[in-house]
Parts: sequence; C-alpha cells; structure tokens
Amino acid sequence: MAMTLHVDIVSAEAAIYSGLAEFVVVPAEMGEVGIYPRHAPMITRIKPGSVRIKAPDREDEDLIYVSGGILEVQPGVVTILSDTAIRGADLDEARALEAKRAAEEAMRDRSAAMDYAKAQAELAEAIAQLHAIEKLRKKGVKAS
Amino acid sequence: MAAGKEIRNKIKSVENTRKITKAMEMVAASKMRRAQERMRAARPYAEKIGRVVAHFSQAHSEYKHPCTIARETLRRVGLILITTDKGLCGALNTNVLRLAVGRMKEWSAQGIDCDVTVIGNKGLGFMQRVGANIVSQVTGLGDTPHVERLIGPVQVMVDAYKAGRIDALYMVYSRFINTMKQEPVMQQVLPLTADAAMERHAAHWDYIYEPEAKVVVDALMIRYIEALIYQAVAENMACEQSARMVAMKAASDNAKNVIEELKLVYNKTRQAAITQELSEIVAGAAAV
Repeated sequence: MAMTLHVDIVSAEAAIYSGLAEFVVVPAEMGEVGIYPRHAPMITRIKPGSVRIKAPDREDEDLIYVSGGILEVQPGVVTILSDTAIRGADLDEARALEAKRAAEEAMRDRSAAMDYAKAQAELAEAIAQLHAIEKLRKKGVKAS
Repeated sequence: MAAGKEIRNKIKSVENTRKITKAMEMVAASKMRRAQERMRAARPYAEKIGRVVAHFSQAHSEYKHPCTIARETLRRVGLILITTDKGLCGALNTNVLRLAVGRMKEWSAQGIDCDVTVIGNKGLGFMQRVGANIVSQVTGLGDTPHVERLIGPVQVMVDAYKAGRIDALYMVYSRFINTMKQEPVMQQVLPLTADAAMERHAAHWDYIYEPEAKVVVDALMIRYIEALIYQAVAENMACEQSARMVAMKAASDNAKNVIEELKLVYNKTRQAAITQELSEIVAGAAAV
C-alpha cells in the first residue's frame, strides 16, 4: 500500500474534510504546491482556489474549494485552515475603523471617568432584583 | 361584583403574559439546539489552529511574533467583553459584568488603565453608563456568529497591543457548561502563553515559510486570536439561549402559580357574593 498522509480541512464555522490521502495539491500564495507524505514542515498562506485530494482507494480526486487561509504541513499531517470571511489588509483595516467609529459614536454622550461605585451599585441592584425574583418563585412553588 | 370583574381582568392579563413567556421559552429551546451545534462546529477549527500555533511555538523560529512575548510591566490592559444583545436571559449578563467590573476595579487599584472592546448590546449599554473607555464595539450579531463581524474589533485590540498601547489582552464571556449552568470566565488572550505542558522537541527544526516568516505568522496569529474570540462568542450565544429558556420557563411557572392564586380569590369572592345574596333573600322573606 502506498504511503498516506492525513488531511484536515476546517473553517471557523465547520469541519469540511478529514481523511487520508496519497497526495494533496493546494493553491499556496506563491503557486500551487503538491504535497506527498513526509514533506518537510511548511507553513504558508493560501489563495482562493480548489484543493485536490487523491484518496488512496479511489481513482478520481476530491476537489474542495477554499476561499483562502493557512496551510500547515507536518510530515504526516496536512492542515488547511480555511477562511470564511473575505480577507485583505485594507478590508480588515476598514472593519477595524468601523468598529472604532461605532465605539466613538457610542462614547460621545458618556459620563466622565469609569465610575466603579456606580457600576457596582447598578450590579447590586440587578442582583437584588434577581434574588427577589428567585424568592418569589420559591414562595410560589410552596403555595401551589 | 366589581371586585370579581377586577380579578377576572387580572387573571386574563397574567394569562397573556404566560402565553408570551411560554412562546419565548419554546423559541429559545429551538434556538438553543442550533446555537449548541454551532458552538460544537467551531471546535475543530479552534483545535486545529491551536495545534498549529503550538507547533509553531515549538519550532525554533528566528522570527518571534510580538504576540508571544510577555511584557514585564502592565500599564494598560485591553478587555474584550462578550455579552448578549438582548435581555430576558436571567443572570447571564449580570454575572459576566460583575466579573469584568471586579477585575477592572482591581486593575485600577493597581494603577492599571483599561480599554474595553464590547461585543453585544447589553455590555455596551452598561459600559457606557459607567463610563469605561470603549475603543471598539460590535452589536447586533443576531443568532449566528460571523467571523466577518468580529475581525474589526479584534484588529483594533491586536493593533493596540502591537503598538504598545496595551500590554495584555483579556476576554470575559460566559462559558457553557450545560443547559442549566453557565459560568462567567476571564481568559488571557495576549500575550499568547505557550502551553507549559508541551515538551519541547529536542531536534532543531523549523518550518519552511512561504513567502516569509513574518507575513505567514502574522496571518496565523490574527486568525488564532479571532478563532478564540469566535469560539467565545459562539459559546456565549449557546449560553444566552439556554439561560433564556430557563428564565422563561421560570416565568411561565410563576405565571401559572399567580393564576391559580387569583382563581382561588376570585371563587371565594364569587361564593361570598352568592352567600350574601341568599342571606339577604332569606332575611327579606323572614321580614314579610
């Protein structure tokens, strides 16, 4: 039997593929790379494209689309961390700015400094309310 | 029968409330199942990227990522606070906020300032009211967490860390234990601590980096941090739905008890009224 390596493709929202393969072709950033078992450890970014996997017991290859991410190669294991979001330095920057802007907008009418006493008072109030509800509930159960 | 009518109205209004809480309970129950599935679906990615980062920390790399280097003194810390968008979920948010405020108070006692990134409406409202320094926020995530929505706020914090504006980054969220139990936890995100249990490989090896170490490792680290936050958000959502289901079940039970008590009072007053009428008739007949 030919040597095999283990292939895992995962994205943040789901596990996409897991199984043995004779070799794998991945669209790496610097060009496609073909990986056979006992490849040297490697780590690289990948471009959007399809990953080809040759399973040991099948003639045809599996094709899986990935929208970019990271490829890690260990001698017997290939891990592909697929992105679910469309990435790019500019895009990420824009998202960061958006999150900042939202916070600044929200902060505009805030009171001066972090008021711990006030925070604790508010929390104490909320906890007291919850306790009261709990007590009421217990009383209600006994009454019935 | 004025009292009787009043009580009847009250019973009706409590019944309506019960219908709503019952409906919310059932909605939360069905959403809970999906939220838990999503939480589990996020695990393989977190595990795999965790393993890759662990491998990287074992590799004898020339490039040390800023996120892995611990700073000696803490002057300012970042806090990512993960809460729900909506209320009516019992003590869930209160517990998380209590933990966060407790820690912030400790930090301020030590002269450490704190920047806050808020995920979720409830935390935002609270932090605004108490006047914390909110640097970024994202709200209205809905029922499905999306990595896309989390990139921005995470980037703000990581940039601040790289630029040295903050010296450590923590996150506070609710950990899902089971449907009945959720626990507020605080977890250190940055600097990334190499797992002490991991034994270092004796052999001197390093990755082949393409195109170069810095680019690849930066991309890896930001994804790792995002995966941590994403996992926390997914877990928080599962917590939210189960806490809401439990809270709404309690509310429905309470409403049921109230209705029973009110019905008892109503029947008593009805009977009292009948008795009174009868005695009046009897008294009237006797007088004739």
